[in-house]
Amino acid sequence: MSLTLYLPQDAAALALGADAVAAALSAEAAARGIEVRLVRTGSRGMVWLEPLLEIERDGVRHGFGPLEASDTGALFESDFSDHPKALGPVEAIPFLARQTRLTFARCGVIDPLDLDAYRSHGGLKGLARARTMAPAEIVAEVIESGLRGRGGAGFPTGIKWKTVLEAEGAQKYIVCNADEGDSGTFADRMLMEGDPFCLIEGMSIAGLAVGASRGYVYCRSEYPHAIRTFGAALEVAHGAGLLGDGFDIELRVGAGSYVCGEETALLNSMEGKRGTVRAKPPLPAHKGFMGRPTVINNVISLASVPVILAEGAAYYKSFGLGRSLGTVPLQIAGNVKHGGLFEAAFGMTIRELIEDICGGTSSGRSVKAVQIGGPLGAYFPAHMFDTALGYEECDAAGGLIGHAGIVVFDDTSDMGAMARFAMEFCAVESCGTCTPCRIGAVRGVEVIDRIRAGDPAAPAILADLCETMREGSLCALGGFTPYPVESALKYFPEDFIPQKEAAE
Amino acid sequence: MTREETPNAQRAREIAAAHAGMDGPLLPVLHAVQHVLGHIPRETLVPMAEELDLSVAEIHGVISFYPDFRTEPGGRRMLKVCRAEACQAMGADRLGEDLRTRLGVDWHGTTADGAVTLEPVYCLGLCACGPAALVDETPVALATAERLERMAREVVG
Repeated sequence: MSLTLYLPQDAAALALGADAVAAALSAEAAARGIEVRLVRTGSRGMVWLEPLLEIERDGVRHGFGPLEASDTGALFESDFSDHPKALGPVEAIPFLARQTRLTFARCGVIDPLDLDAYRSHGGLKGLARARTMAPAEIVAEVIESGLRGRGGAGFPTGIKWKTVLEAEGAQKYIVCNADEGDSGTFADRMLMEGDPFCLIEGMSIAGLAVGASRGYVYCRSEYPHAIRTFGAALEVAHGAGLLGDGFDIELRVGAGSYVCGEETALLNSMEGKRGTVRAKPPLPAHKGFMGRPTVINNVISLASVPVILAEGAAYYKSFGLGRSLGTVPLQIAGNVKHGGLFEAAFGMTIRELIEDICGGTSSGRSVKAVQIGGPLGAYFPAHMFDTALGYEECDAAGGLIGHAGIVVFDDTSDMGAMARFAMEFCAVESCGTCTPCRIGAVRGVEVIDRIRAGDPAAPAILADLCETMREGSLCALGGFTPYPVESALKYFPEDFIPQKEAAE
Repeated sequence: MTREETPNAQRAREIAAAHAGMDGPLLPVLHAVQHVLGHIPRETLVPMAEELDLSVAEIHGVISFYPDFRTEPGGRRMLKVCRAEACQAMGADRLGEDLRTRLGVDWHGTTADGAVTLEPVYCLGLCACGPAALVDETPVALATAERLERMAREVVG
């Protein structure tokens, strides 16, 4: 008897004990004389069910989770059917069934380093089509799809490519920004660990589109598993001739600096310099890596390109809302009952996502606020949960969708402390180039302390400081730190009054 | 070079020379030197500067900019604990306080017995199962101070 089992080795699954489950499964199988093929996959993104074991029966994957090593004996005993941790067909689990998985179609399904499985699940179709097209046609297709930067800024990806295609230069580059530093986001990590060939394919298409022969992936050092899997995928791709003939990719690793997720700081870092922000213009599209024309896109932007080329721009833009077209991998994190990655068309409301799909908080208390878009994103109070998740919609509500991470806080959270932390974080991570960010963040911590100590003059100073940071900073670190600070103060003023008064 | 070099300096020179053909070699070189030597000793700066055609000041500037690079030896294990928002929503502040008390060090500190260095990190991408930590390269979800201390103090094999 031979069994094929699927178990994630995504970092979140590992953090929840997937390797111990794998070892127990192997030991149990050996003791029973059963031959088991254990395929280690990426994660489906249902983090509360990890480690999530799957077995295929009549072409349908059935799930069991969240597993512990001690569950494995009973799993074999039940012949992988009637077990207390049985979840039924995985794709029928509402959290997964309600998604539109375009970019993450293969993540959690296949062995991330199995190129044949990648191909048999629709991989390389986009690249094959791109090879039959002229560069300008590829660019036109990406513009037509409506794809906008998934890193946070939301700039149309195709327009960026067009600028690089039209730029003069013998050597052009594709740089993938995998410096996913925003708290509450892990889509880049999951994709690099779960479907790295998708990113390789997207970068290869970008190379064809703009005439670039070299690509770089700059991944943060906090992601050792993504680095390992993506590095291994590059080797497989080389071995199979997918890379090396006309286009090649090199993996670079950051060194713990948040601001290097800002594109010009990232380029400086790749050049071996301090990760300080450059003034724009010149745009990276004209003078990027080594001063040459460079496409710099987020992981998810590039990984969305294969499906756009494979299925066509019209298909991709049939999803979405207004000017936010296609799908977005929402990442729901923090104090949430059913957290993880939920890829859906733009336009779902915060309430639908947090209450309906994710089941509210993990603590069982009421949701006080969500922070959308990472440490530079605004806090949304419960009365604004009808805001739709789209670029313009979040902007109109005084926030930003950013990299689409949504962090849930319950009613025990101190939003005054979160505002202070936003300034503290900015002070820690500031590259130091511009004064509003470098000095402003330090003064910001002090002024928030003064507000919380009851200084009546301090709120006006904070408002003035935030305006200076917003208008005067060189990049989004100093420029957007006022978002979490001012939204916390605006919607939760009671969390800024002195502790003594609050107690009275 | 005819001048006599320490083994560390020689190793750094070899690493730098092996990377000298890259575009922007300095970060890969510093990572490699730290990987091999455990930290980036002062004596490696001159050989790196010579091989990469940079000034010692430039290299010092880069080392001091990035939190990952250390110029002094760390503990036998590196314990990185997330302090970012998603983990804070799950009690990361308390976890950090408990750990600092248990280990008797502040952030960035190394325990007196040289076993553990405690570093804050701002996001490990394990945001739906926080609070999260990394013990060397082993990720930990739903972390408690007791468990992290036990893992970090396990004898390195």
